[in-house]
Amino acid sequence: MTTDCDVLIQGGGGAGCSAALHLAQRGVRVILLERGLVGSQASGVNYGGVRQQGRNPAELPIAKRSRELWGRLKDIAGTDAEFTVTGHLKLARNDEEEADLVAYLDVAKQYELPLRLVGRNSIHQEYPWLGPKVVAGSFAPEDGAANPRLLSPALANAARAAGADIREHAEVVAHAHDGTRFHLRTTKGEEFTAPVLLNMAGFWGGKVAEAFGEPVPIEPLNPNMLVTEPIRYFIEPNLGVVGGNVYLRQIPRGNVILGGGHGESDPSVPWSRPMPDVSVRAMELAVELVPAIAGAQVIRSWSGIDGRMPDRIPVIGPSRTTPGLFHAFGFSGHGFQLGPAIGAIMTELVLDGRTDIPLEAFRIDRFGTTAA
Amino acid sequence: MKVAVVGAGPAGVRAVERLVAAGLSPVWIDEAPDGGGRIYQRPPVGLARDARTLYGFEAKRATSVHDTLDALKPKVDWRPETLVWHIRPEARTLNTLSRGRQAEVAYDAAILCTGAMDRVIPVPGWTRPGVTTLGAAQIALKTQGCGIGRRVAFLGTGPLLWLVAYQYAKAGAEVVAVLDTTSFATKMRAAPGLMLGGMTFAKGLYYTAWLRRRGIRIAEGVTPIAIDGDDNGVTAIAWRDAAGREHRAECDAAGIGWGLKPEAQLADLARVPFRHDPVQANWVPVRDGAGRTPVAGIYLAGDGAGIGGAEVAEIAGARAALALLADAGHRIDPIETVTLDGRLAMQARFRAALERAFPFPAHLARGIADDTLLCRCEGLRAGELRAAARAEAATGPATEVNRAKSFTRVGMGRCQGRVCGAAAAEVLAAELGCDVVATGRLRGQPPVKPIPIPAPVSAP
Repeated sequence: MTTDCDVLIQGGGGAGCSAALHLAQRGVRVILLERGLVGSQASGVNYGGVRQQGRNPAELPIAKRSRELWGRLKDIAGTDAEFTVTGHLKLARNDEEEADLVAYLDVAKQYELPLRLVGRNSIHQEYPWLGPKVVAGSFAPEDGAANPRLLSPALANAARAAGADIREHAEVVAHAHDGTRFHLRTTKGEEFTAPVLLNMAGFWGGKVAEAFGEPVPIEPLNPNMLVTEPIRYFIEPNLGVVGGNVYLRQIPRGNVILGGGHGESDPSVPWSRPMPDVSVRAMELAVELVPAIAGAQVIRSWSGIDGRMPDRIPVIGPSRTTPGLFHAFGFSGHGFQLGPAIGAIMTELVLDGRTDIPLEAFRIDRFGTTAA
Repeated sequence: MKVAVVGAGPAGVRAVERLVAAGLSPVWIDEAPDGGGRIYQRPPVGLARDARTLYGFEAKRATSVHDTLDALKPKVDWRPETLVWHIRPEARTLNTLSRGRQAEVAYDAAILCTGAMDRVIPVPGWTRPGVTTLGAAQIALKTQGCGIGRRVAFLGTGPLLWLVAYQYAKAGAEVVAVLDTTSFATKMRAAPGLMLGGMTFAKGLYYTAWLRRRGIRIAEGVTPIAIDGDDNGVTAIAWRDAAGREHRAECDAAGIGWGLKPEAQLADLARVPFRHDPVQANWVPVRDGAGRTPVAGIYLAGDGAGIGGAEVAEIAGARAALALLADAGHRIDPIETVTLDGRLAMQARFRAALERAFPFPAHLARGIADDTLLCRCEGLRAGELRAAARAEAATGPATEVNRAKSFTRVGMGRCQGRVCGAAAAEVLAAELGCDVVATGRLRGQPPVKPIPIPAPVSAP
């Protein structure tokens, strides 16, 4: 049986579900095909950081636009996904890292990102619970965190209400393009066809791109995440460090969520799991930042599968081989915040043929691997 | 060959006994200070009492398990007070934590004898201080020589309900009521099968008769109403009898439990597949009759592989060790394996009858009131889980337990759903209008049990 529509989306992460919502709101007949359940991989199992600070400058216009959508998420998706503006405090643990924080102030200024340097004299006064290794910080007041488990399902639900057809347990096994239309077949033998295809399949987006003759150097990325039992609430800002080897935040109910390093995975299953030695290392790094979490019990750990590009920024924009194909994948471990805006941007690319957001840095052919 | 055995209860002891007899010296890991498992858990030094007082009819078995354990310790790499919190079957490594120290244990083959825990159905007031599981009430008595209260009520179903009530009464506690949610008629229907259990069945009858003879209040086929209390703990227990009349008994503690469920988190992390056992109403790891799993190098024995009780655990432990040895090319006595297999088969028939006599009352779990606390770790009430299963939820309906966990945090806390998981699945299934099997199984995640964040290494 073949089902026809205007736009097919492959991949039900935050970006894909947001695209389904924005397209449906503009009256487009859209079908989203998700292999498992929406938000099962990178979008659903990440740290939950909603952060602009520290991003590659090329991502900042997207992050800024997304931040505006995050602020209205309750109206858009029926839930705020526990989005809380806590501020994001990026920490330096030595002179070199401090220099990095200072250097980023110029980037922030250029992109009108509010940022405040908390220097050596005040960092331990303002945040008396920080460990002695911390020498400085950079505070982004507009940033915060949200519950990643809620975002994609809520966006998918809103998309459904707007008329989108969200198909879960629909794994695409064959891709074809007949010159004007895409033909996708699932494991259940269903066939879907449309003149436009959005490749938003995370790590597996690499496979989709390859099917259309534009392979990219993508690798699985497995965040190694832990959470503690609830303890007294005292860590208000979302914490990161220069270099990113550890990050942690506390939610008002008391749990401390921390991450660092990478787990293991088999994307063909798909299956992923944290690594025990990496978990122990992340605990050691986290307790150096906030000594008061010593003794808190880690009750759970997890991982998921994201796609990482060699330059750590995603592929976004039109295909160079196939008309009607648009990519947005390979978010390299920091796509959660961007998801809502990516959906809006893809909708503009498809329906308006343009977007105000500069996408040059995200071209799929930047790796020089596209077949001639 | 590097062999690891996890657990030093009846299954672990008999497994290690066979391995040592074959000339192996396994790494033997147990969470308790001195092994014995939950059933034969030993009191700490200074609280030692004679085996007859501690274990009653089981004294001979308990002594035998303990003696074997003690004799084996010098012949193996014995690691008590050690938690196995993760396993990587691909690398064949276990991660352990013992008194704050992390270690990695490499294995070629591992026998997991991880035991069982009580299955709980939340009733109003079940999280009050003074309410414990039946197993915990029994352990308090066995290892600490104290009861959970002076005037104790017991509520639930299964052989443990009657055994613990008997043990408490015998120890001098006032047992105010034994409330079995299974009706007398249900038990009688299973009686022919129970005869297979011989002594075990006879003991069960003995406990019940003993309690009746002492005039202890007994009710069968009850529906729990609540465990009442004040700031100091439990004050009373209330229930409805089979005819619908309400009753109440004053007490200062309550032990509750509805059978057992396997502690199979480690098997789960080892990537052993699970199946739903309709007789036990439990998810159990897949294994053959000898304890082999589909995962290379992983063997299972005892209640962690499916509830069978201590006697079965001893046989299964030995059988799993023989399977491991045979797979490793050791010559094993075929008569012994046939004998063990025969005993396991007979015990399995008895077990099935026992489960029919004390079935898991899914209807009670499905009927938990909206405002009753369901997941105590995350403070989630039954109504909140039901809301997440409905179409109008902002995230769309949660159609299986892991999705429900994702949306509502049910089973996401400290116990990882060990306590609330069985009841939560029933609540979800009822709301979705489907069979409980269709709602799936809560996936295990490391650590198996909580592990603490270490103190910072660098001094301030």
